[in-house]
Amino acid sequence: MKIDLSGPLRNAAGGIESFEMEARTIRELLQRLVERYPAMQRHMDQGIAVAIDGTIYRDDHSVKIPAAAEVYLLPRIQGG
Amino acid sequence: MKHDQKYTGQEFKVVGARVERPDGVDKVTGRARYGADANAPGQLVGLVLRSSHAHARIVKIDTSKAEKVAGVKAVLTSADLPDLTNGDAGNYATLVNCMARDRVLYDGHAVAAVAATDKSSAKKALKLIKVTYEKLPHVTDVDEALKKGAPLVQPTNKQDGKPSNKSGHFEFGHGDIEAGLLEADIVLERSYKTEQTHQGYIEPHACLATVGPDGSGELWVTTQGHFSFRIMCAALLGMDVAKLKVTSSEIGGGFGGKTHVWIEPVALALARKSNRPVKMVMSREEVFKASGPTCATSMDVKIGAKKDGTITAAFIECRYSDGPFPGIWGMLGGMTAWACYDLKNCKAVGVDVLVNRPKVAAYRAPSAPMMAFGVESTIDQLAKELDIDPVEFRLRNVAKEGTRSSYGPIYGPIGIEPTLEAVRDHPHMRAKLRKNQGRGMASGFWFNIGGQTCSDLNVGVDGTVNLTVGTVDVGGARASLSLIAAEELGISYDQVKTNIGDTSSLGHNDTTEGSRGTFSSGMATIFAAREAIEVMKSRAAQMWGIPEDAVEWKDGEARAVGAEHGNLPALSLKEIAAEAGATGGPIAGHHEVTADGSGVSFASHICDVEVDPETGKTTVLRYTVVQDAGKAIHPDYVEGQFQGAAAQGIGWALNEEYVYGEDGCLQNAGFLDYRVPVCSDLPFIDTKILEIPNPNHPYGIRGVGECSIVPPLAAIGNAVSNAVGVRLNHVPMSPPRILKALDDAGA
Repeated sequence: MKIDLSGPLRNAAGGIESFEMEARTIRELLQRLVERYPAMQRHMDQGIAVAIDGTIYRDDHSVKIPAAAEVYLLPRIQGG
Repeated sequence: MKHDQKYTGQEFKVVGARVERPDGVDKVTGRARYGADANAPGQLVGLVLRSSHAHARIVKIDTSKAEKVAGVKAVLTSADLPDLTNGDAGNYATLVNCMARDRVLYDGHAVAAVAATDKSSAKKALKLIKVTYEKLPHVTDVDEALKKGAPLVQPTNKQDGKPSNKSGHFEFGHGDIEAGLLEADIVLERSYKTEQTHQGYIEPHACLATVGPDGSGELWVTTQGHFSFRIMCAALLGMDVAKLKVTSSEIGGGFGGKTHVWIEPVALALARKSNRPVKMVMSREEVFKASGPTCATSMDVKIGAKKDGTITAAFIECRYSDGPFPGIWGMLGGMTAWACYDLKNCKAVGVDVLVNRPKVAAYRAPSAPMMAFGVESTIDQLAKELDIDPVEFRLRNVAKEGTRSSYGPIYGPIGIEPTLEAVRDHPHMRAKLRKNQGRGMASGFWFNIGGQTCSDLNVGVDGTVNLTVGTVDVGGARASLSLIAAEELGISYDQVKTNIGDTSSLGHNDTTEGSRGTFSSGMATIFAAREAIEVMKSRAAQMWGIPEDAVEWKDGEARAVGAEHGNLPALSLKEIAAEAGATGGPIAGHHEVTADGSGVSFASHICDVEVDPETGKTTVLRYTVVQDAGKAIHPDYVEGQFQGAAAQGIGWALNEEYVYGEDGCLQNAGFLDYRVPVCSDLPFIDTKILEIPNPNHPYGIRGVGECSIVPPLAAIGNAVSNAVGVRLNHVPMSPPRILKALDDAGA
């Protein structure tokens, strides 16, 4: 599936905006992300949120990713 | 979607009622216990010695005379707080902020602390602590800090391999800005500034700490997140998390400022060193100087549009002053800047900048109001240039379900278009204005978050229900959560009592921030109640002697169903509870969840002002808030959040600002000189709740606490500019600034 990266994450993936990767869950996706792009570990430490079909999952890595889902990675959000 | 959606759109029986808040009587009679209201036998008074320099090296701290003062039981410096952070940069910054190590980084930075039997002894001891400083050059302005040759706040901080005060650079957006600008019939470029403001919570930071000889401790504290405080304090002090019990007091406002620790690790360290309970209460001056305000900013905006009002390109760069430690404020701002609009080409750049000011903390929809000021002010001017109504201009470019958001993902169901339509159709927009009066409107966006949440629901022997949640109630959540529990169980609101559990009574709960309290604890409450219902159905089956699958739950009672058992009289929750001991023991429901899927929020505001051209004073005549709540569980408190956010935004827009002298010291650390709006400054703030359900929550809830602080700076800026005929581009739009703008324009 196609994985899109938001701006701040692109440098850690060599400047690309998106890449192809198969993953059944957010956990699998993030594990494979760091394996492929080790520089992404810094962002992982700060937190990466995963938007699946527009819904942002900030914390739960057990969420399943449907086969044809739109997947977008962005920095983990905080609030006040 | 992950979560059960079958209840979205359901008919509610209890939810939506405007019931009395359970903590109301205690709060108006003075019985409610806030951070400073706890005491322990033998407690000491803890006070902090703070730097009066903006930037200096600490050459030496001599505490010998202070230690000899009668009544002094402990004196603390950074030497008593070894670095246990194991390379965690965020925790180390917190440690350094709680107690300066080699340098003081801002006026008000803690350098030492004392615990004594009484306040006068503690004060006397503070005066006898001799700190030898070597003053260093300082910088407090965000633009000055980025200039070549500016004093370095953190000499180890680098950008592009060179020492710099720039600590972060975040870009969001899509498309091609330059190509979009070429398509435009008109391009506007504008620059803006916003000054630093404080959340202005009325209750100062306060806590009571004890640490026993066995290393276990307790902390009573005013906080938005007692579980997070426990984790942070334990990490900084080398304590086991399970051996530190943190209890949240009632909270007199937080708005993001009580998501961070300030004096709490110091209080625990003093308690550990003295082996006595230590109580600490910040003065108002300390709150201003040494807790966490929001950033000052400067920004540049460039928008291109066609004559028909279609935006072809939108660019903003906003620079945020973080204080002396790197933050994520530029990132948050960058993600929110263009979120209201459906844009082919957009880019938002958020830059974090180190300055010699206090460590910045979250402030209600952190970073979004500043970018919205730049975006919405420029959009208003663009609409005027194109002779298009400002609401209509926004509607022509508005984001909808299916739009790719400016921060990346495609939107699900969202409410920005309905808020704009509600503004367009509101009678406020047609009210007549007189001389020196102006009307403005603006829109805003905030994400909202969910997070880790854990709730317990216990049915008492008399059929009343205790709900225990771990999210601190900062805005009436106990009433909302009681309504939710009552709705699920089918009982009345007054049969449910909701409490905030301490850290030893529940699993971890994330901090009440990001408008998550009712969203996430509401979700956990719903599923805890459903678990309790399953238990009660089983107990009823036992009492009847029939199979469990022949029992259903409706309107607060178990009903036997089917041809064989349908004639049995129903069993009420109260009747089942009374037999709990004989049918298997206490009846309870429990649920833990990582409550993701919070729905995003949008708001649009209308504001009328009158500006006195002689004095520059602005009076807000009328103010209307329209916001999407998803589902308003308790409409009074939803409206209260809308009104409170607008009131804070009005103060931010018109009067509030940190004023620094050339010495880098804060000049107005008190409510006399830092002017928050009071009742007489504000009109009644009208509200309109829209309900576009969040499909990821069983009740359709979206967080409501933050979004409405995003539009006011721009809505008021547009109103003031329309009133005086001169564009105001610097917040706060205080009388001197308005008079200067009028003078500069020759008006």
